[in-house]
Amino acid sequence: MTDPTPTGLPPAAPALAPAPHPAARRKKLVPYWLLLPGILWLLVFFAAPLVYQASTSVQTGSVEEGFQVTWHFATYWDALGEYYPQFLRSVGYAATATALCLALGYPLAYLIAFKAGRWRNLLMVLVIAPFFTSFLIRTLAWKTILSDGGPVVSALGSLHVLGLTDALGVTEGHRVLATPLAVVCGLTYNFLPFMILPLYTSLERIDGRLHEAAGDLYARPLTTFRKVTFPLSMPGVVAGTLLTFIPAAGDYINAELLGSTDQKMIGNVIQSQFLRVLDYPTAAALSFILMAAILAMVTLYIRKSGTEELV
Amino acid sequence: MTAIATTGTDVRLTGISKTYGSFTAVHPLDLSVPAGSFFALLGASGCGKTTTLRMIAGLEDPTSGTVELAGRDVTALPPYKRPVNTVFQSYALFPHLDIYENVAFGLRRRGVKSVKKQVDDMLELVQLGDLARRKPQQLSGGQQQRVAVARALINHPQVLLLDEPLGALDLKLRRQMQLELKRIQTEVGITFIHVTHDQEEAMTMADTVAVMNAGRVEQLGAPAELYETPRTTFVANFLGTSNLIAADVLDTSGDDILLRACDTKLALPATRCTATARTGEKLLVGIRPEKITLTHADDAASVPDGRNRITGRITQAGFIGVSTQYLVDSPVAPGLSVYAQNIERDARLAPGAEVVLHWNPGHGFGLDAAQSIEAGTDAGEAGT
Repeated sequence: MTDPTPTGLPPAAPALAPAPHPAARRKKLVPYWLLLPGILWLLVFFAAPLVYQASTSVQTGSVEEGFQVTWHFATYWDALGEYYPQFLRSVGYAATATALCLALGYPLAYLIAFKAGRWRNLLMVLVIAPFFTSFLIRTLAWKTILSDGGPVVSALGSLHVLGLTDALGVTEGHRVLATPLAVVCGLTYNFLPFMILPLYTSLERIDGRLHEAAGDLYARPLTTFRKVTFPLSMPGVVAGTLLTFIPAAGDYINAELLGSTDQKMIGNVIQSQFLRVLDYPTAAALSFILMAAILAMVTLYIRKSGTEELV
Repeated sequence: MTAIATTGTDVRLTGISKTYGSFTAVHPLDLSVPAGSFFALLGASGCGKTTTLRMIAGLEDPTSGTVELAGRDVTALPPYKRPVNTVFQSYALFPHLDIYENVAFGLRRRGVKSVKKQVDDMLELVQLGDLARRKPQQLSGGQQQRVAVARALINHPQVLLLDEPLGALDLKLRRQMQLELKRIQTEVGITFIHVTHDQEEAMTMADTVAVMNAGRVEQLGAPAELYETPRTTFVANFLGTSNLIAADVLDTSGDDILLRACDTKLALPATRCTATARTGEKLLVGIRPEKITLTHADDAASVPDGRNRITGRITQAGFIGVSTQYLVDSPVAPGLSVYAQNIERDARLAPGAEVVLHWNPGHGFGLDAAQSIEAGTDAGEAGT
């Protein structure tokens, strides 16, 4: 049969058209497959412990007799009543350290983003360099640096600054170690890169021509910074302060190594409740209070800074 | 809007130059821009036109020379102290401010308290009144461009500097904005200095055009003057298209210079020749494609006397609606361009046809033969 009549064509072709192509359907599922590992990870290592911890916080009992869920919410009030000074101190120290990080980190990020030229990459490596050493080792090093016979104390002593800082209550008895100053310094030092990196990223994204345009429109350099550069770097400021404040508020290493019992932060209390006192419900309740407090503060902060549309 | 009624010179550049290391972006250059004029700096990219503009704005420090604005030396002043404003190529609108605040920016910096009326009027002038509370990224390219103009104009600058402001727009919108800018300039009467690489744009908008090439001003004049009487091959080729024919000078004694190119005799009025013509030396005779008439060789007898005539053969004919563009090879010069209006089309004028090209000698122009014949063309671009 060599007759090429159209009747020989497969008639089924148009009927197949409305059904979605299998490849297209597979494509639609790709995002879910990509999400799966992350969701599994979060379920196992975040959601499950969170539920476990929530149940722990409403248990009563002791290590010897075992803990039972008794819906004892009073643990929360008791914990808050007993440890609110440490809560307030944590927030105070973390806020101070965050402010210091911003004050130190902004000029540096600005310099790297706009003025460093070919030194830019080297400076970025230097900012990240401390991460190559363990957090614990670095903080221990600070213990030596701030110790009574160390360089900082002798330098401050010869400048006669310690009398002033003593009077302000940030140091005590001409010592730096085991004072609020030491803890805040440690927090500032340890979290500074978390401030600089987002700041740098958002500053670096600012079009240099906007500075020229502002200058062209009669803005002096300082006004240009106030009206153009700083507002445009707000996403970096918000991200940097969050990345600094949140871990700093929950930190206990700095207070443990650089402070005394008078500088205990909430992290130290939780740690000792869990590991030394073995009062699991109180430790769990404190963790939840800390989490809720940070969540509330962060929400308020993001609302206030109004950066949703800039990010 | 109150037009600033000034007369005389607004911008005077004296011996201004800019070098970056060993690269000279702008050679020492003198330029005067009359008050109230629409002045265009025209040139290919990298010719130094933007650098010149930035030196006027104060965004670039000149290596030598001075910048005067309305008789005042502003060379040492930072941009924020100069009475000029710039419309940037990328518009550089502040993304965190809405249109209203973008336009009000300059007024607020100068401490003007009540900006509302001025901002509203200015947004009205650029026809963006109803978009005042939008953010720049919510606007189209043409609208952003108008915001950039409004943001600069509201300050009543002595001079408005425009750095390729239409470069990012598509062709149709660009044509529309050209007319718009011209309208605004006429309305406010402020001196505009416009940098562009688009020769058509420069000619449509500007009263005076300065053609720049490799850091120098090649020629300055009214668009028609530049087009009809280019003084260098660069201007002849960059501004529109020119046919340049190398010819030997036979006689310079009369009103017309008599020349010979490959056994073809040509005439050129002495007044149309900017180079010095000496008998026995070479000269370039230029003629614009639309000034040439094509006649089929069979009708050669009908060509009136007194016209320059060249014989050749059509190699290409391109129909583009209003006109037909022919390429004609002639022993005198290869690849001559001829544009013929599509009024009465001669069907015999097709590739392969033998033709006579003829033109009124008064439409030709004479150029120094010592310069590159290809300067300013796409082919010459690589060489310069």
